Amino acid sequence: MNALREHLRVLRGTLQRLRLTPGASLFSILVIGIALSLPVGGYILLQSMQTLDARLGAKPQISLYLASSTSPAEIGKLGDKLRRHEAIETVEFIARDAALKQLRQSTGMADVIDGLAQNPLPDAFIVHPKSRDPATLEALRNELQAGAGVENAKLDSDWLRKLEAILDFGRLAVALLAALLSFALVAITFNTIRLQILTRRQEIEVAKLIGATDAFIRRPFLYFGMLQGLLGGVGAWLLVSGMLYALNASLVELASLYASSFALQPLTPADSLTLLVFSAYLGWLGAWFSVAQHLWQIEPR
Amino acid sequence: MIQFNQVYKRYPGGHEALKDVSFGIAEGEMVYLTGHSGAGKSTLLKLIAAIERPTNGSVLVKGQNIRAIKREAIPALRRNIGLIFQDHKLLFDRSAFDNVLLPLQICGFDPRAAAKRVHAALDKVGLLAREKANPIALSGGEQQRLCIARAIVNRPTILLADEPTGNLDAEYAHEIMAIFQSFHQVGATLVISTHDEGVLAKFPARALHLKQGELQ
Repeated sequence: MNALREHLRVLRGTLQRLRLTPGASLFSILVIGIALSLPVGGYILLQSMQTLDARLGAKPQISLYLASSTSPAEIGKLGDKLRRHEAIETVEFIARDAALKQLRQSTGMADVIDGLAQNPLPDAFIVHPKSRDPATLEALRNELQAGAGVENAKLDSDWLRKLEAILDFGRLAVALLAALLSFALVAITFNTIRLQILTRRQEIEVAKLIGATDAFIRRPFLYFGMLQGLLGGVGAWLLVSGMLYALNASLVELASLYASSFALQPLTPADSLTLLVFSAYLGWLGAWFSVAQHLWQIEPR
Repeated sequence: MIQFNQVYKRYPGGHEALKDVSFGIAEGEMVYLTGHSGAGKSTLLKLIAAIERPTNGSVLVKGQNIRAIKREAIPALRRNIGLIFQDHKLLFDRSAFDNVLLPLQICGFDPRAAAKRVHAALDKVGLLAREKANPIALSGGEQQRLCIARAIVNRPTILLADEPTGNLDAEYAHEIMAIFQSFHQVGATLVISTHDEGVLAKFPARALHLKQGELQ
């Protein structure tokens, strides 16, 4: 009860201190907010691309084009063999006639296709493997290529690997950016608190003279750092949300041109909470470093 | 209550502020510390409040040895000592009331009980009507009384006053001494450094006279 009251008192004092210099406080909070909004924005971009990845069919496929000489019985046998294969999840058979019909419908090249003397397309199996590992997929492709009646086995995972590589690169970049800007936040807080300690030097000295513990003297500064970090986090959240709103409005148009419903995903409640807790923690950390560095230098004489 | 045994205090650079000082002050006693400026009066008071540590010898305050006291134990010691400074050391960013409230906040007092005590302390030094004033708006004598109110609000058992009447004319000085006298009467231990002959004559008590760091 006693401790709670003391913490509430310090919190009130800290809020008062923020209000006392609204310009400077707002500026620091804005700087922290902008610094944090960069990695948060990058994170959102990555998250959204990942959902894109999932929607485009997370699993790669192998297309088996069969030799035109393959008989229906052989095709049936190959189909059974593929369905029983333990590395394969599902198999789809696309007969050459069906493929032609689909092509005719979907591409609008009916005239050209109608003019053909014979169907140029082969029968094909679309194989969905269980694994996503590139090496395993390559081995499976080689195995299937060697199968009877198979003219060509094509592994369709290049785009997936490229996307994965881009996402990996993006994740690393965002992580580095986050680390760098977290450090900046700690440094900003460190400096703010250093100035505060200097301007409140006399108060600290007097408090020590009348029996204040180190914890009592530290507390308001730690609170200030934490609160400034937290408000910076709120600022970052607002900035990112505002940017998302603006970007999504124009993305809708762009995506509709590509017949897609791609949109940047807003921060989830869990992510928002993480952002706020993390920014508050960084502010606290900066204040702690500053206090540890400067407070012991002030001893009453 | 306070015991000095062969205490030396040497500052970096070789200046010897105190030389072989030994004396004792009993509980409830009122003692003057006299001597010219630079004789070591302030240094002696700082040793009692653990603001500085002796170079040699032992300083015992309420059974604690200041020379070996742990940093963490200093706040508890200082809460038992009321300090009155010649330069007041008041905070000008808050009201007179809040200045006196500070020691109670440090001890984690309940705000309502604290307010009562602050009012009692301000009343004792005759500043109850000025509780909302900023200390900068108070006269020198009023600032000194405010400093006293802050020193006594926590009801310490020891009061240390460094030249409390130094900058005041005789009338104000006597007012302040009368306040100290009343604390002495309720059992506080007082150490008052002064070179004010008028005060010494009007409020007689045992005097420790320092000359160039040595007790006469």
